[in-house]
Amino acid sequence: MSTVLAEKITRRYGDRTVLHELDLAIERGEFVALLGKSGCGKTTLLRALAGLDPVDGGTLEVPQRRTVVFQEHRLLPWWKVWRNVAIGLPRATARAKAQSALEEVGLADHADAWPVTLSGGEAQRVALARALVREPELLLLDEPFAALDALTRIKMHGLVRDLTRRHRPAVLLVTHDVDEAILLADRVLTMREGRIAAVHEVSAGARERGSAPFAALRGTLLGELGVTE
Amino acid sequence: MSTTAIAGPVTKAATGATPPKKRAVPYRTISWIVPALLLLAWELLARSGVIAPEVLPAPSSVGTTAWHLTETGELPHHLWESLQRAAIGLAVGAGVGLVLGVLTGFSKLAEAIVDRNIQIVRAIPFLAILPLVMVWFGVGESGRYFLVALGTMFPIYLNTVLGIRQVDPRLLEMGRVAGLSRINLVRAAILPGALPSILLGLRLALTNAWLALVIAETVGAPAGIGFMATNAREFLQTDVIVLVIVLYALIGLTTDLIARGLERRLLAWHPNYAPSGGRK
Repeated sequence: MSTVLAEKITRRYGDRTVLHELDLAIERGEFVALLGKSGCGKTTLLRALAGLDPVDGGTLEVPQRRTVVFQEHRLLPWWKVWRNVAIGLPRATARAKAQSALEEVGLADHADAWPVTLSGGEAQRVALARALVREPELLLLDEPFAALDALTRIKMHGLVRDLTRRHRPAVLLVTHDVDEAILLADRVLTMREGRIAAVHEVSAGARERGSAPFAALRGTLLGELGVTE
Repeated sequence: MSTTAIAGPVTKAATGATPPKKRAVPYRTISWIVPALLLLAWELLARSGVIAPEVLPAPSSVGTTAWHLTETGELPHHLWESLQRAAIGLAVGAGVGLVLGVLTGFSKLAEAIVDRNIQIVRAIPFLAILPLVMVWFGVGESGRYFLVALGTMFPIYLNTVLGIRQVDPRLLEMGRVAGLSRINLVRAAILPGALPSILLGLRLALTNAWLALVIAETVGAPAGIGFMATNAREFLQTDVIVLVIVLYALIGLTTDLIARGLERRLLAWHPNYAPSGGRK
């Protein structure tokens, strides 16, 4: 039984078909990365899975407990960090749960800070804590590292890998970054013209940056995206 | 041509490299000394007789009058009447403005029903309807409340609608993802997001409230500082007239200070209002 099951889902904006009878299944604990050029429909797919946009056709099964980490942290600036993490939780346990989620992302001592005082990487870690505190069955990551500097991004990759291994939600990561997709995912999909164009299982060996399997998979993926180095 | 094209980014980079420092000019000191000097000049000119006391009495004699009227209890009585009027009118006007603003901000239907009417009525300077108000309400208190309420409603309404419109839709989306109900979304995201704008509306409303009161009280009021001024005019008591004018200024300053304090307290999260933000 898959956590996410999409069969022949279609989404149109006017005459443009953004998702074209797309099929996708993600198991519990599985980390799937989705690559594709701008405008290929990957964000539309993520938003459909998040329940933010409807689909026009096909069937879509997603779990109730699902959360999104967006490219921007989207913290409420008028709430302290811990309240942002606890947003929507029952009041009685909110503080304790937020605190332990913040501990997991290494920001326990920022619980009472205002969001404006955080750096970009810290704010994104708070957003991650906000997603995890809900114990999601499906975690949707919409280019969450795109706005971070290279060093912070590397640290975030490690953090996300650890956290998803511990909590084992189904994960869909939408990204432009081929390296990031290979390093984090169990399976990398490329999307073209509203469909899944190719599927690649990532072997353990391929996760070594600089190894031969890594380079090979990277070359293949870049080729599929129409990029030559 | 090419030099101007280059000059733009270069100057930008230069200003970016050096953080904006406070200039050496003691801004605060100078900004207070100049009005103090003007006051002193006024005092000297009045005392030496260059300015006749019937035209403009010396600041010191206005001060004496204030002291005298306070002792007799006359000034506190009139001041209290005025404050009460302003408070009641403001409460009604701000309440109506806020409710209509929230409705319009949230519902297309409410906007269709309410907004154009308000925009049309708003085109009338609210003080222009004073004669009509007097026909409707006579010279009783309710007319004065009405005028203050009318003057305070529009700024609150407009800024509430604007504030709600300006709330970041991405935050609302996040709220939906977090599973917030509609009510909780309003409480968590929409009202706090609109608050800076609503408080600005309040400050503008306060200005209008005093303006409305000045006019309303000079027409047939039995008490209030506006009445004091009208009365003083009959007896050519220039010192009392000046005193009332000074009082209006002080009240305006005080209410603005209160409104700013409210902003600082309620908008502590906002970098532009934070006490440590270094702004005035």
